[in-house]
Amino acid sequence: MFYREAGQFKTTYIRDQELFPVKQDRWGIFVIIGFSFIIVPLIANDYWLQAILIPFLIYSLSALGLNLLTGYAGQLSLGTGGFMAVGAYACYKLVTIFPETNVIILILISGFFSAGIGIIFGIPSLRIKGFYLAVATLAAQFFFEWLFGRVKWFYNYNDSGAIEVPVRNFFDIAVTGPTATTQARYMVVLCIVTFLALVAVNIVRGKIGRAWMAIRDMDIAAELIGIRPLNTKLIAFAVSSYYTGVAGALFVFTYLGSAEIEVFDINMSFEILFMVIIGGLGSISGAFLGAAFIVLIPILITNLPRILGIPINAATVEHFNFMILGALIVLFLIFEPHGLAKIWSIVREKLRAWPFPY
Amino acid sequence: MEILTTIFIQPFFDMAGDPILFLQVIWEGFVTGILYSLIAFGFVLIFKASGVFNFAQGIMVVFAALTLVGLHENGIPAYIALPITILVMYVLAFSVERLVLRPLVNQPDIILFMATIGLTFFLIGFGEFIFGGEPKIMITEELLLPYDSITFFDDMLILQEIDIAASIIAALALIFLALFLGKTKIGVALRAVADDHQAALSVGISLNTIWVVVWFISGIIALITGIMWGAKSDVSFALSIIAFKALPVLILGGFTSVRGAIVGGLIIGIGEKIGEFYWGDLVGGSIEGWLAYMIALVFLFFRPQGLFGEKIIERV
Repeated sequence: MFYREAGQFKTTYIRDQELFPVKQDRWGIFVIIGFSFIIVPLIANDYWLQAILIPFLIYSLSALGLNLLTGYAGQLSLGTGGFMAVGAYACYKLVTIFPETNVIILILISGFFSAGIGIIFGIPSLRIKGFYLAVATLAAQFFFEWLFGRVKWFYNYNDSGAIEVPVRNFFDIAVTGPTATTQARYMVVLCIVTFLALVAVNIVRGKIGRAWMAIRDMDIAAELIGIRPLNTKLIAFAVSSYYTGVAGALFVFTYLGSAEIEVFDINMSFEILFMVIIGGLGSISGAFLGAAFIVLIPILITNLPRILGIPINAATVEHFNFMILGALIVLFLIFEPHGLAKIWSIVREKLRAWPFPY
Repeated sequence: MEILTTIFIQPFFDMAGDPILFLQVIWEGFVTGILYSLIAFGFVLIFKASGVFNFAQGIMVVFAALTLVGLHENGIPAYIALPITILVMYVLAFSVERLVLRPLVNQPDIILFMATIGLTFFLIGFGEFIFGGEPKIMITEELLLPYDSITFFDDMLILQEIDIAASIIAALALIFLALFLGKTKIGVALRAVADDHQAALSVGISLNTIWVVVWFISGIIALITGIMWGAKSDVSFALSIIAFKALPVLILGGFTSVRGAIVGGLIIGIGEKIGEFYWGDLVGGSIEGWLAYMIALVFLFFRPQGLFGEKIIERV
């Protein structure tokens, strides 16, 4: 009754090609963005920001990057953790080398290093496909785990082997390092994620995104209609790695504060892949929904027994966490292979017709 | 110039200078390679029969070993624990077919692959929940496996008896499976399914039964691998790292080739040990983790379908 596009006429081409053509969607997005920019920093406490919202946003960005590659361009990748590590370590080295430069610019630049690496590891995708490629991307994962753990230059020869984030200001407000407030870090993450998400929405509906989808659906057919597989696949790898690289830099700089390479191990890659699958392959909003799901589930599993008053020790919770996550993934694949985004679109269809059945 | 010498010439002098040590390195690589081959073999069986990229194969290895050891820890003697473990693997195969594969039939490959990752997580949680997460010792003695070492050339070349036993058992298992696939009715049915699902269905082969059978066989292979690998190190879920070692074996040998799994396993096992031993120190050591992938990637550039894989023909 309320969610319905009847009566919204487009009189110009510009209006017709808007990002969110339905008025209610547009307002919904404005409300969500406004809420997260203005209301959330005012009302949320440190626990919410640090434990839930900041990781959620960063994981969303990473899942978004993987979704561009796997969901839109159809190239399965298991090396997300490795690309995130490249972003994080590139940013760390940049901050060390250029201490005067604004850290937010450096975070955005570090993504380009990751993009370059992504192109290199994307080259095999021209020869090999599907699962063979997935295994090949694992090479990136294991290689970078080894590289950043072994070569001391990457962590400035310090004894702990961890990268410690220094305090950096953005117009006199500390945004990284131990003295930065959670609110400040949240705002940095939110700005970057919002910006990059809007860019992603535009990429996938433009020429590049369409080329990706053509390659995904059938690469030989796409080649025959004049899409260059070389360029298209490598652009997909570059853009995707850029997103994951920035996410990796944010992960260390605004979320963890200090990190070792173990943070970006193979489980990270899988977690991001789960977000993409549960959220919905080939959907921008799916990346956010999937990230929310995967971030919230462990918190729920940890806290639920306590709320219900069932005594349960930490190790068991950890085991249950694995079991429930595994079972949920299988269940999702069986009942809704297109993920949460598909469920949302079903709900939307229902809303449009409500209160009538059709 | 000097650096080129240390990379390209010195290691070969080292090899020639101490041939017994070289032999030892190759032997170590050979033994690891056999275990990789076994994992890859279990994988290829499932991939051929159902087109599922079974990521859980590595976890099945750990799960089988953990069940065996865990049962023994709870006071069940080894000769009873072993059949029970085999039974558990059958139940696992049956439940996987009924609860995961059957509802997902006709879905795209990536969905099935993801389902096996979900299965992996489930098995990790389940195994640790039942038997506890701490590392366990494999019951080598109780299973009547030898654990001494034999030495040659005045103690220069040391061979572990367990390794020799592992090689023999692996070889026997592979011969047995080859006979099983070639000579028995169910083996022929299995190959028929691997060739063409629909044709197999049309001559009255039950796909569901075949799937249970291949997952069960893979489970048995996982158990053998788990015992052998567990005897060399502890039994814990850290072992599942060998699953990642087996993946390059697969891309090297080809997903659909049993021969490829065996040859690929040996190439990767030996190549990785030699690389680590003679070149590893030059770049900081511990290159085993990714060297196998690099070897496999180099091969892939020349043969995208793997060494023995079927030629990929694409049609629009």
